[in-house]
Amino acid sequence: MEFLRYVKVLAWKDVRVEFRSREIIYTMSFFAAMVVLLFSFAFLKQSATSNDMTGSSEHSPGFIWVAVLFAGTLGLSRAFDRERETGTMRALLLAPIPRAAIFLGKSVAIAIMVLVVQAVVVPLVALFFDAPLFTHPLALVCTLVLGTIGFSVVGAVFAAMLIKTGSRDVLLPVVLYPILVPLFIAAIKATAAMLDGALGDSWFWIRFLAVYDTIFLIAALWTFESLVIE
Amino acid sequence: MSIDSVEVRGLGKRYGLHRALHAVDLDLQAGGVCALLGPNGAGKSTLLGILSSIVRPSAGGVRYLADGQPVEAGESLRREIGVVAHDSFLYSGLTALENLDFWGQLYQVENLADRSKELLRTVGLDEKAWERTAGTYSRGMVQRLSVARTMLHDPSVLLLDEPFTGLDRGGAQALAEALSGAVKRGAVVLVITHDLESIAGITTHVAVLRRGKLEFEERRAAGYSFDELKDTYHTHSE
Repeated sequence: MEFLRYVKVLAWKDVRVEFRSREIIYTMSFFAAMVVLLFSFAFLKQSATSNDMTGSSEHSPGFIWVAVLFAGTLGLSRAFDRERETGTMRALLLAPIPRAAIFLGKSVAIAIMVLVVQAVVVPLVALFFDAPLFTHPLALVCTLVLGTIGFSVVGAVFAAMLIKTGSRDVLLPVVLYPILVPLFIAAIKATAAMLDGALGDSWFWIRFLAVYDTIFLIAALWTFESLVIE
Repeated sequence: MSIDSVEVRGLGKRYGLHRALHAVDLDLQAGGVCALLGPNGAGKSTLLGILSSIVRPSAGGVRYLADGQPVEAGESLRREIGVVAHDSFLYSGLTALENLDFWGQLYQVENLADRSKELLRTVGLDEKAWERTAGTYSRGMVQRLSVARTMLHDPSVLLLDEPFTGLDRGGAQALAEALSGAVKRGAVVLVITHDLESIAGITTHVAVLRRGKLEFEERRAAGYSFDELKDTYHTHSE
């Protein structure tokens, strides 16, 4: 219980700082919206019979998750930059709390920010590409939440590990994306199957996401301390 | 639990080919201030990092003793340590009170609101500044708040790296008084500083590091004057 209280205190601190500055949320949301907008210019075509823009919704799962991946990476870097600027990551490691709680608190805060970005991206994609994303709300929410948890857990570990590295902004995507590939394939497949009405397939990939999250959460809780101590 | 001494034995630290510390032996006792002196790059901050458990030594080790018994590294030991470093360890987006509230919750400080206000008064931060975010503070105000943050949980080991940086005379005096108070309560205090004037009178133990080695160590129950500290520093670090 004490462990969860620390996680809550740490996550709430990040949310409070972000709520005050709104720097990360605005940047991530704007960036994600721009990605969706640019995709819409690339993939929407004018109808031959009218002035309407038409496009296939089959690509929309990819657009959602690419926007989330890029915007999320942007937010990850900035969230950990805040801990680096005044040495607070070091101070957190000095605090008499389980170091795994630092990792989990940070992951929760990042997950909240990514979910806010998804709240912007998903309706935009549904609108621009006429994608029936809200037909199966439970499957959609499960996919988004599990995808976000996986991204936040893996992202928090690597961002914390690279916090003292000079070229961390360049290195973060290089080391992070290969690990995230299975997660994003599963998230795209789950969303695509949902759009096709193949709910059975969709739940298969959702279960895959849950397994991925569990494995990486356990591994991260186990290794975080040894990764961040000099 | 209260730490009453710290034993450093054969301590070494390497960063790749660079040897930051080499075979350092040092004993720190409660009830005195140890001034750790030395030129830039001597390994002082590395030693402080190892003492605070944030840096792993490459050789040797550190033992913390409470009532003569070694204390295991971990959360209960970290609760006894307070660190002022080059960085402020403060969130610029939080106010002074919010910063202390956050750290106080992590350190499980009792009567946190009262303790925070008491400390903010002790370090001389004006009440009007308590509700301002730390990002709007001057360098000296940040340092005062940083000192308040370190003292918040009443640590029995104080590790201070250039704590007088940015402080005006009043701030430096308030910090020196706070350190004297901690010493009287039986704290182990280690101060890394080039501001010898501020620690004159309260220092009872001097250690000089040079190129990662302990060049000189001495204790004087009567304490060191500014001139004595200056002479010691110049004789052994240059």
